[in-house]
Amino acid sequence: MSKKLLLSAKEIDIILNRLACQLIENHNDFSDTVLIGIQPRGTFLAKRLADMLINNYNISKVELGSLDITFFRDDFRRGDKPLAANATHIDFLVEDKNVVFIDDVLYTGRSIRAALTAIQSFGRPRHIELLTLIDRRFSRHLPIQPDYRGRQVDAINNEKVIVNWKENNGEDAVYLINK
Amino acid sequence: MSALSVNHLLGIKYLTSDDIDLIFETADQFKEVINRPIKKVPSLRDITVANLFFENSTRTKLSFELAEKRLSADIINFSAAQSSVKKGETLIDTVNNILSMKVDMVVMRHPNPGACVFLSKHISATIINAGDGAHEHPTQALLDSYSIKEKLGTVNGKKVVIVGDILHSRVALSNIYALQKQGAEVMVCGPKTLLPKYISSLGVQVETNLLKALNWCDVANMLRVQNERMEVNYFPSTREYAQQYGVSREILNKLDKEIVIMHPGPINRGVEITSDVADSQHSIILNQVENGVAVRMAVIYLLASKIKH
Repeated sequence: MSKKLLLSAKEIDIILNRLACQLIENHNDFSDTVLIGIQPRGTFLAKRLADMLINNYNISKVELGSLDITFFRDDFRRGDKPLAANATHIDFLVEDKNVVFIDDVLYTGRSIRAALTAIQSFGRPRHIELLTLIDRRFSRHLPIQPDYRGRQVDAINNEKVIVNWKENNGEDAVYLINK
Repeated sequence: MSALSVNHLLGIKYLTSDDIDLIFETADQFKEVINRPIKKVPSLRDITVANLFFENSTRTKLSFELAEKRLSADIINFSAAQSSVKKGETLIDTVNNILSMKVDMVVMRHPNPGACVFLSKHISATIINAGDGAHEHPTQALLDSYSIKEKLGTVNGKKVVIVGDILHSRVALSNIYALQKQGAEVMVCGPKTLLPKYISSLGVQVETNLLKALNWCDVANMLRVQNERMEVNYFPSTREYAQQYGVSREILNKLDKEIVIMHPGPINRGVEITSDVADSQHSIILNQVENGVAVRMAVIYLLASKIKH
C-alpha cells in the first residue's frame, strides 16, 4: 500500500480561502443562502468554510446545517453491513433558499444524488449548488458535476482519496492511497 | 457499523445488549426523520411487509403501519376476523399463501405464545413479533426502555417497577428482559393472584404493597388489567383493585421524590391510573407512543438490511 500526499495543510488553507471567495462572489451576504455539509465527512469542511466566511470575510450570519443521506442511498441491502446513520441537523426550512451542498470528495456522484432527494424533506430550494474539496475525475456514475472544486484529481478505481481534518484526525491533509 | 445478531425479532430474550444499543442509536435518527416537514425516507421501497394480526390491536398495528409507510415499504394487512382462518386454514398455510405473493417480512400478533418462534422455523421471511399471547411483546419493551432513556438519560442502574396484571402480560416479560439486559433493577408489584408463581426466578423483586414499590422506584410502568384474558375473578372488584393498585395524585404526594409514570396503553382511566396522573408532567405515556414509531422503524430497517438482495 502506497500513500502519496496530495494537499498539505498550507495548500488546503489557500484552497479554502479561494472557495470562500468564490462563494461570496455568488452569494453576497448569504441572507438567502444555506450551507449544508453532507454527513459524515462533509460537515468538517462546511463548518470550516462557515467559520472562515464569518471570521475572515465579515459575513454577519451563515446558516449551516448537516444532512445525513443514509436512508436515501441506493445501495441499501447491496452490501454486507447495514448502512450506519448519522445525525441530521437542519433547524431551518430550505424553502426558496439557495442551498450549497458541501462534501469532501466527489467520486461516483451517488451520495449527491441521495442528498438531492433527502433535502426535499426540508422544503423546495430555489437553487442547489455543489462544492467539493476533491473532484475525482473520470469516475462518475451519474451526470453530477461540482460548481466549486478545490482540486481535481485523476485517480483510478483501486486508489482511494483520504481527507484528514484537524478537528478529527489531528492534521489537515489529503492523501492518495493505493490499495 | 455492526449488524443485529438476529434475523428475526421473536423476543427480547434473543437480543444482546449491543443489539438494543444499535436499535436505539438507529431510532434516534428516525425520530429526527419523523419530525421533519416530510416524514418519509425511501430505504425500504423494494420491501413488502405483511401485517398479520390474529388478535385485535389498535395502537401497535397503527404504529407498525406508520413505521413501514415512513420507510416506504409496501404493506398488506390481514386481520383474522375477516380471513380464511375462520374457515379452518392452518397458520403455516395462511402465511405461506401470503408469502407466495412475494412478501419479505411478516409482522405478526397471535393469541398463542410461541406462535412467532414456531413460524420462524417453517417459513423463510423475516418475522417481527408484535405480541404472542402472554409471552413477549418485544417492540413495546424496546420503546418503553427507549422512552426511559430519553427521559432519564440512561436505563443502566435505574429502578423500574412494573405494576398490575403481570400474569396475563406479554409487556411485563419483555420489559423484564429488556431492562435487565440494560442494567436496570426490576420489581413487579400487584395482587398475589396476578403475580406468576415463579416470577422471582427471573431475578426480579416481588412486592405486593404499591406504596413501598413506588417509594423504591425511579419509574413505574402501570399495566392494564386484562379483563378479556381473565376467566375467573382474580380480585374482588375493580373498585378494590383501583384502591390498592391504582396510581393516583394522593399516593404520588406521599412519595418524597418524583417518579416517571408509564403505561403501554390502552388506559383504563380510574382503574390502574387516575386521569390527573395520566395527563400530568410525571407521565410519559404519549412520548411512548411517538417513540414507538421511531423504534419500530429502527427494528424494521435493521432487520430489512439483512434480507439478501
